[in-house]
Amino acid sequence: MIDVDVKKKIRSSGGDQQLHARFQIGPGELVTLFGESGSGKTTILRMIAGLTHPDQGRIVVNDEIWFDHSQRIDRPVQQRSIGMVFQDATLFPNMTLRQNLEYAVIDGEGRGLIQEYLALMRLDSLADQKPSTLSGGQKQRVALIRALLRRPSVFLLDEPLSAMDLKLRIQLQDELLQLHEKVNIPTLFVTHDLSEVVRMSRRVLMLADGQIKHDAAPDRFFQEHLCSGKFRFPARIVDIKPDEPLSVITLQIGQHLSRIVASKEEWQGLQPGDTILVATKAFNPIIVKPLSIKSEET
Amino acid sequence: MMPDLSPIWLTLKLASVTTVILLILGLPLAYWLAFGKARWKVFIEPLVSMPLVLPPTVLGFYILLIFNPNAGFGGWLEEIFHTRFVFSFAGLVIGSVIFSLPFMVNPIKSHFQSFPRNWLEASWTLGRSSLSTFVHVILPNSFTAIGTGLVMTFAHTIGEFGVVLMIGGNIPNQTRVASIAVYSEVEALNYGAAHMYSIILFVMCFVILFVFQILNRRMAKVVA
Repeated sequence: MIDVDVKKKIRSSGGDQQLHARFQIGPGELVTLFGESGSGKTTILRMIAGLTHPDQGRIVVNDEIWFDHSQRIDRPVQQRSIGMVFQDATLFPNMTLRQNLEYAVIDGEGRGLIQEYLALMRLDSLADQKPSTLSGGQKQRVALIRALLRRPSVFLLDEPLSAMDLKLRIQLQDELLQLHEKVNIPTLFVTHDLSEVVRMSRRVLMLADGQIKHDAAPDRFFQEHLCSGKFRFPARIVDIKPDEPLSVITLQIGQHLSRIVASKEEWQGLQPGDTILVATKAFNPIIVKPLSIKSEET
Repeated sequence: MMPDLSPIWLTLKLASVTTVILLILGLPLAYWLAFGKARWKVFIEPLVSMPLVLPPTVLGFYILLIFNPNAGFGGWLEEIFHTRFVFSFAGLVIGSVIFSLPFMVNPIKSHFQSFPRNWLEASWTLGRSSLSTFVHVILPNSFTAIGTGLVMTFAHTIGEFGVVLMIGGNIPNQTRVASIAVYSEVEALNYGAAHMYSIILFVMCFVILFVFQILNRRMAKVVA
């Protein structure tokens, strides 16, 4: 159980801002923290970790006070039972994978977990290699299990998958969920990717203007705020073939060309090269599968 | 007649002792300058670099005054340690350590300052203290910078002249290092000996810097 209620003045692109984070995370709960870049998500995570000091407030984890401004309690990061994963994998280049993991171990039980976790992440064959020989996905897998070997009370993830391509990201999301199910500790997952919020969590905190604006299940949250029953795409006009009663317009949407029909009134004043917004009801779309997405690694 | 090589040996001895002492002093100092939070650090940083610009005679002059055995501090040192720090090898070592300080500290300090912050924080979040992080994470990833500091300190100590002349004088086997020997042989119009010391110094310095450059390139490849 994590109980956070902290304030901190932060510098953002729009000037100084008061960040006020107030939330609780229950035992074994995985919560995503969503917001635009610069909104203070990472700062919140760092304050729980003890890497950044709040100006005011309290952080209590499993009835242990980690920070309390009024009582002048501020535990150093080493004395907070956390597992933290950063955006880039932060493996130490002078150590092999196994040494990187052993570096995190404090007792025999943790040592026993190394082999188990390596196998779970299918990394056993790479254990004696240096990080520089690994792909980004493999490095981040090692960083994930390294953070859990101390069996921390809190799992903190700072956009750990944002540098990956889509296919790899989805795969690592699944592996991360498996790991979380196994360790079952309160987890705060920072992301600015909507699809990640939906896939990873049953509860999302949305941070905006320095405050937790919404605290809800993702599907409810998106129904209310971001999700609509329409498809909407920005498109560039490639060609207009005038005709009566309807003209044919060729559009480029992303890397795809589409032909649509429009009445003269609709395209009047537009010309090839203009960017427009096209929208359609998403009532009964055609779903084609499987969609193969190219990935450089698995 | 066998030429007197003792100034060369003395130079190498001085450079080795200075380099070892500066490695021990320089690492914590560079760490503190790179990561410390004390405000008065801003006064220490230029002080460390002062020997780069200050005339060696100025430094030598003050060392001479401070360690003068007839004055307070120098006298006290002599009483306690039975060692005289002027016109002695010990005095040369003190002068060289101060004079070569920036050559050891600056390359290591700038490497520490550019060290990825994430690695340090990752180590702390794994429960490791700052000391443990320094030993296991920072040091093993700083060999190139430390190597640069070692080589520059060693080579620079070989090239010292002004400080050594001021506080060491020209006592054979004690303070007569190679650079001083060249000077006194020239004064005595003994050009043959001056040539010998000069050529040995020239070759020695070239070889050190040449080997260092090769090693550095190889290290750069390994890192890449």
